Amino acid sequence: MLLIKNGRVIDPGSRTDAALDILLDGERIANVGAGLSAPAAETFDAKGLIVAPGFIDLHCHLREPGQEISETIETGARAAARGGFTALCCMPNTQPVNDSASVTRGIVERAAASACVRVWPIGAVSVGSKGEALAEIAAMKDAGIVGVSDDGKPVATARLMRQAMDYCRTLDLLVIDHCEDPSLFAGGVMREGPTSVRLGLKGIPAQSESICAGRDVELAMLTGARLHIAHMSTRGSLEFVRSAKRLNLPVTCEVTPHHFTLIDEDVRYDTNYKMNPPLASRSDRQALIEGLADGSVDAIATDHAPHHPASKDVEFDRAPFGITGFETALALGLAELVHAGKIPLMRLVELFTTGPARVLGRERKLAAGQPADLTIFSPDHAWTFRACESASKSRNTPFDGRAFRGAPMATIVAGRVVYRREAAATA
Amino acid sequence: MLERLQHLLGAETLTREQVTFILDQAKPFQEFQRHPLKKLATLRGKTVALAFFEPSTRTRISFATAAARLGADTMNLQAEASSLRKGESLIDTVQTLEAMRPDGIVIRHNASGAAEFVAQRLAIPVLNAGDGSHEHPTQALLDALTIRDRKGRLDGVNVTILGDILHSRVARSNIFLLSKFGARITLCGPGMWVPRELELLAPNIRRVLRVEDALAGADVVMVLRVQTERIHEPALAAEEYILLYQLTAKRLKLAAPDALVLHPGPMIRGLEIDPAVADGPQSGVLEQVTNGLAVRMALLYHLVGGAPADAPHPAKERSSAAD
Repeated sequence: MLLIKNGRVIDPGSRTDAALDILLDGERIANVGAGLSAPAAETFDAKGLIVAPGFIDLHCHLREPGQEISETIETGARAAARGGFTALCCMPNTQPVNDSASVTRGIVERAAASACVRVWPIGAVSVGSKGEALAEIAAMKDAGIVGVSDDGKPVATARLMRQAMDYCRTLDLLVIDHCEDPSLFAGGVMREGPTSVRLGLKGIPAQSESICAGRDVELAMLTGARLHIAHMSTRGSLEFVRSAKRLNLPVTCEVTPHHFTLIDEDVRYDTNYKMNPPLASRSDRQALIEGLADGSVDAIATDHAPHHPASKDVEFDRAPFGITGFETALALGLAELVHAGKIPLMRLVELFTTGPARVLGRERKLAAGQPADLTIFSPDHAWTFRACESASKSRNTPFDGRAFRGAPMATIVAGRVVYRREAAATA
Repeated sequence: MLERLQHLLGAETLTREQVTFILDQAKPFQEFQRHPLKKLATLRGKTVALAFFEPSTRTRISFATAAARLGADTMNLQAEASSLRKGESLIDTVQTLEAMRPDGIVIRHNASGAAEFVAQRLAIPVLNAGDGSHEHPTQALLDALTIRDRKGRLDGVNVTILGDILHSRVARSNIFLLSKFGARITLCGPGMWVPRELELLAPNIRRVLRVEDALAGADVVMVLRVQTERIHEPALAAEEYILLYQLTAKRLKLAAPDALVLHPGPMIRGLEIDPAVADGPQSGVLEQVTNGLAVRMALLYHLVGGAPADAPHPAKERSSAAD
C-alpha cells in the first residue's frame, strides 16, 4: 500500500481541486479523502505538489519493431515516465507496420516485458499504411489496439477513409488521421510563409492540413464514426473541428506542445525545427491556444518522434521530420499555457488526462476502485532540460538547454512508482 | 568599424560597410585582369577546396581562376565524380576534404542552408557559392560592383528583377545586398514565383504584375534564368513566359534611357531575354563575368589569406612594381 499525503489533488473528471490524500492498494486506488491514515502503508509526501490522474499521451512513436537504433519500447517508456506519462498510444509506422494482430501482439508482449508505463498500440488503417486495402482491424482490436491511423501519412483517399470509418463505427474504434494533402505538401520542409521564403526552404501551405481535415469532418458526418485529428496545427483545421462539435459529431483533436510553443519564425537551419506538421504561423499558434482554452481541443499529445542523431545531422532538406517530446511536454504546458495565464491548471491537467481518455472512450478519474495510475508534479520546480540526460535513445529536440518552471516529480503506474525525480524534496 | 568576416555565408548578414569594403578591394583586382601576366604570389602555399555538390560551370571556373591568379592551389570536388553518389553524407564529405588541410572551402549545394551547416562544423573559412534557393552572395557582390561601375553608385538605384524570384538564390542575395544601400527593388514574374512574402525580405520592395509597369524608370534590369531544376510547380509553357515576361528591346525602352541589363547566367537566349538585348550596349553580362573574378579574388585574399583590412593591396603593389 502507498499513501500519498499532503498533496493538492486535481481531478478534472470530478472537478476536484483540494488538499486530499490518496491511498493505493496494489494496482488500484483504495481511497481518496482528507487526512487519510494507513499505518501499514508506505508514505509519499506530496507537500507542495499536484497529484493528478495518470497522464495519457495519445500520439507517440516508439520505433519498435524495426527502428530500435532510434528508440525501443523500453527506452521510450522510460522517457515517457520521466515526462509524467502513465500510458502511451504508439503509432503503427514501425517496420513492419502494425497492420496485423501478430505485430500488435508483439508490441503488447514487448511492452509487458520491458515498458514501465502502459502501452496502447494504434493499428494501421490500411495494409502497410499504403492506402489501398483495409488492414486486419478487428483482429488487431482483439489483440489490443485502441484506434487506427496511417500516421506519418494521411489516409490516402476519401474513399478509403469513408470505408475505414464505416468499418470502425461497427467496431466502435477511433479513427485517427494525420491530415495532409500530399499534392500541396509536395516536398515541403516547413510552413509556407515569410520565413520559408527568406530561408529558401520549400513551404507547405497551412491548407495542406485543413483541406484534409475538412474532408475527414465531412466523412465523419457521412458515417457517424469517431474521428480524431492528430497533431492539429492550423486555425483552418480547428474551425472544421469546431463545426463538427457544434453538430455533436464525435470528432476530437489534439495539439502538440511544440505547436503551442514555437512558430515558423523560430525555424532556422537546424533540423530540430523540422517536424510534420511543420511549426505554424504566429496566428495559427494563437488559434491553437484559444482552442486549448475554450475546450475545442481535447488533448495535448507529444508526437514524440525520436530520430537517431546521424539521421538528423544532415542538410535541412534531407532530414526526417520529428522531434522528441515526452520529457518537455508538461513543462511546456505549464510555461506556455498556465504560467502565461492562458488556461487554469485544472484545464492543463484535463488536457493530459480526462481529455485524452475521453478521446479513447475511457474513464480517467481519482476514485476508489480506479487503476492506481497517478502523475505527481510540481508547478514551480526550477530545472533545465538537457537532451543528453534524456532516457530516450534520441536527442532531436529544439528545447535542449531550456530552463523551466514546473516538472513531473513522480509517475505511478498500477501502484508502482516508475519514476521519481531525484531533486524532489520530500520534507 | 569593419567587422572582420570569418565566412561568407550570405548577403543578408553582411553590413553595408563590409559590402563597400569588399567592392573597394575588388577594384584593383578588376584592373589586374588586364595584365599580360595574371599571377600573384599572395596566396602561394595556400589551398582552396572547391566543393561543388551541384553542377556549375561559371562559378566553379571563376573561383578556380581567382584562386590560381592569387597563387593558391585548389582541390576539386565535383558532384558527378564524388563519393556522394555512393551515399556519403555532406558532413562526412566535407570533413574528409578538411582533413587534407585546405585553408578555405568554397561550397555549392542544392540544399538551402548547406553553407551554414558546413560552417558550423568546420574550422576553416567557408564561402557560399550558392545554397539551394537561399543565397548566392558572390553573385550579388559582383552584380553590385557592376552596377556601381556603370551607375556610379548603389544608393537609391531602381532595380527591377524579372523571373522566378521564389526559387532564385541570386534574387534573394541581390535583394538583401542592394536594400542595404536604399535601393528600390521591383519584383515581377508569374504569380506563383513572386509570392507576397518576398516584400518582407527588406524595406522598399514592391511586386508589380505587368512587366511594362515593372520596367518603368528602372536603372537596372536584372533578368533571372528560368530555373527548371529548382521549380517544383508544374512548369510554365515557355511560350507563355516569352509572351508575358521576356525582356525585349521594345520593353527595355520603358526603363531609364541608360538602364543596365544584368543576367547571372547561364542565359537562354530567346527565352527570358531577347538576343538583341543580351548583346546590346546596355548589357553588362560580360562585365559581370570579369567582375566575378575580381570579387572572388578579393574574398579569397581576405578570408583565406587572412589579410588585415588595412594591408597594402597585392594587385596595387604588383602594378607599381611593373611600372
